[in-house]
Amino acid sequence: MALNLHDKALITAIEDGLPLVSQPYEAVGNMIGLSETAVIERLENLIATGVISRFGVVVNHRRVGYRANAMVVWDIPDDYVADAGRSLAELPFVSLSYQRPRRLPDWPYNLFCMIHGREHAAVESLIKDAARSADLENVPRAVLFSGRQFKQRGAKYSSGAVMEQRHA
Amino acid sequence: MDGNFNKPERLTKLQVDLLNDFQRDFPLCPRPYEKIAELLGVAEAEVIAHFQQLTEQKYISRLGAVVTPHKAGWSTLAALSVPEGELEEIAEMINACPGVNHNYERSHEFNLWFVITGADQQTVETTLVEIEAATGYDVLNLPLVEAYQLDLGFPIKWH
Repeated sequence: MALNLHDKALITAIEDGLPLVSQPYEAVGNMIGLSETAVIERLENLIATGVISRFGVVVNHRRVGYRANAMVVWDIPDDYVADAGRSLAELPFVSLSYQRPRRLPDWPYNLFCMIHGREHAAVESLIKDAARSADLENVPRAVLFSGRQFKQRGAKYSSGAVMEQRHA
Repeated sequence: MDGNFNKPERLTKLQVDLLNDFQRDFPLCPRPYEKIAELLGVAEAEVIAHFQQLTEQKYISRLGAVVTPHKAGWSTLAALSVPEGELEEIAEMINACPGVNHNYERSHEFNLWFVITGADQQTVETTLVEIEAATGYDVLNLPLVEAYQLDLGFPIKWH
């Protein structure tokens, strides 16, 4: 779906977060020349069409207690990667399940998922459960726990969106 | 996610509800904080003040949208293999580049992982080339091929 300039401007206007004022959608509308109603309707539409996958409180997962965060990557034959990706996605403790390209010889893995927990040992155990449930026990995998966090913030699509809005 | 975490000392039940219950389907009405206040039986001003405080204390990254990859612009997951002694310096260099929004050390030969977003694929890939030139290390560029599950938030149910 191609986004129009108002949608891009709207996504840009809220990328640092919704204002903490009584009528935040009106405040956002004032920033980009849309009415409060138009902002709400566009957000509803962006959610309904899947451009926005989730709208609400974005928590800092480390701060709220998820201190062991594993990116688990799997090397799955191409014909099975979609099935495996969907099987992993069904598990309640898996967040994100994405196919990405291999980069041989350095990087053989083509399926990525995230498993978060309080401690490494618990996450290791969940990874074994995931492999068993998704029938991936014999598939090569690597587990990459996160260490130092050098940056975490919301996505910035702004440069393009803002410039296009200015030229609109 | 097991969610069986000890409750951090400072969080009240109201704060936990605010963190847990509105990660999806945040009210889309003219006064969303008033709507949340009604649902939780408190005053609108209290909701706004707590969201402010939870944001300042870094429990909340932001109130807003998680955008599906490649629906509004372009993004990629990228990684470098960097000697331990250079990791912080190179992470700083990468953080200074436009569009870098996550940057983590990870336990692997590829030990520095970050996400870059931009207006389009060319913008993002130009930044990756600049990072290779600035750091002297090859970048592993792993854009999304297919999403089987998107970011659905983090349940926080304290026991």
